Amino acid sequence: MIEIKSVSKWYGEFQVLTDCTTTVQKSEVVVVCGPSGSGKSTLIKCVNGLEPFQSGEIIVKGTSVGDPKTNLSKLRSHVGMVFQNFELFPHMTIIDNLTIAQEKVLGRNKEEARDKGMKFLDRVGLKIQAPKHPGQLSGGQQQRVAIARALCMDPICMLFDEPTSALDPEMINEVLDVMVELAKEGMTMMCVTHEMGFARKVANRVIFMDHGLIVEDATKDDFFGTPRSDRAQQFLAKILQH
Amino acid sequence: MSYNWNWGVFLQPSASGDDTYLGWLFTGLKWTISLSLSAWVIALIVGSIIGVLRTVPNRWLSGFATGYVELFRNIPLLVQLFIWYFVLPELLPVELGNAFKQSNPLWQQFFCAMLCLGLFTSARVAEQVRSGIESLPKGQKNAGLAMGFTLPQVYRHVLMPMAYRIIMPPLTSEFLNIFKNSAVATTIGLIELSRQAQQLVDYTAQPYEAFIAVTVMYLLINVTVMFLMRRLEEKVRVPGFVGGK
Repeated sequence: MIEIKSVSKWYGEFQVLTDCTTTVQKSEVVVVCGPSGSGKSTLIKCVNGLEPFQSGEIIVKGTSVGDPKTNLSKLRSHVGMVFQNFELFPHMTIIDNLTIAQEKVLGRNKEEARDKGMKFLDRVGLKIQAPKHPGQLSGGQQQRVAIARALCMDPICMLFDEPTSALDPEMINEVLDVMVELAKEGMTMMCVTHEMGFARKVANRVIFMDHGLIVEDATKDDFFGTPRSDRAQQFLAKILQH
Repeated sequence: MSYNWNWGVFLQPSASGDDTYLGWLFTGLKWTISLSLSAWVIALIVGSIIGVLRTVPNRWLSGFATGYVELFRNIPLLVQLFIWYFVLPELLPVELGNAFKQSNPLWQQFFCAMLCLGLFTSARVAEQVRSGIESLPKGQKNAGLAMGFTLPQVYRHVLMPMAYRIIMPPLTSEFLNIFKNSAVATTIGLIELSRQAQQLVDYTAQPYEAFIAVTVMYLLINVTVMFLMRRLEEKVRVPGFVGGK
């Protein structure tokens, strides 16, 4: 579904990604972790072309992201993305947040879009909040709306960029629950997250990054059982201490 | 100092014979309002376009917009007006220039003042639009793009609606400024409000009454504008948004 081949990226002189290669199969859940500044968010933003990269290739369901001829908007409309800071549109009601791209990008009519929006709002348990504005919801609720918003586009895969990092501890679980459910339904997912509990529960593979390099790319059991690199061992030791 | 107050002067028939002096003031008021409103429309439209261009990821477009803003906000308004009125008709193709010079002088004055005031203010509006867009979290643009919006759609549906809300207070100031700045049109002879005040002084020798009346009229215009803009601000306020409620 997602093929990342030898991707490198520089900000001026500074190299943020070095020769990153990995794949995400259909219905696979891949967790990307690593210390801050390791390039994991940058990598996931390269997948839908939000960040350009200078060399290598990324292919999403047969379409090359880096190709200048690719219609990026069209590609992105099939790739759901959830951000650290939710990024709902504050001037629209919750239901409008869910319907606007369906109408303007996919060309669905109002009713169809609304029905779909309500269906997914219901799934994340927030149907009752439809007429409110994002600012009136808690962080956890906003992030669930953001997931529902992405699902409304019938994505072929979902990208999560630290979806729980901006949340209060008590709200993390409500968001993770939604993500676990999605994973169990067979959604193809690539998640940048520090939630190792989530990784243990649903991930097929874990990618560990450091200084722009993919240091470890292993199945979940291998990663948590016998991480090969010292750097990954240190990282795990630190975050699993408590 | 002895001064003979005479508020009755406004009801006296004017020197032109077909009107009262109060009628003169209202004629001035009418021109001031039409000049300012039409210039404001130009300022809003051109300013929004230039402001957006300053933020787009294209060096040529943003460079052009930057040049535009610097040009129009670094030349004094009065000088710009003289250029529009006295210099530009000479630069036009001869026939067009002549046609312009032979048209009704009042419309010549109005047209030049409107363009001048509109474009001068558009540079200021552009700066506010730019700062409004730049004040939004960068993730908003990414979120729009990630959903498959094209860049113009992101501006139209995601960025601009919030940017305009955020810059509403400084935009109100610009709107007020345009009424005040419209007084420069007096220098090319447009019979707007402050011009009529001077005329009243010339004909009636009652400067205090004339300028008090004109001051009150400017004040009334701007109080109305402030009131309307505040109503608009309340109407588009976003529930739960920081600074919204």
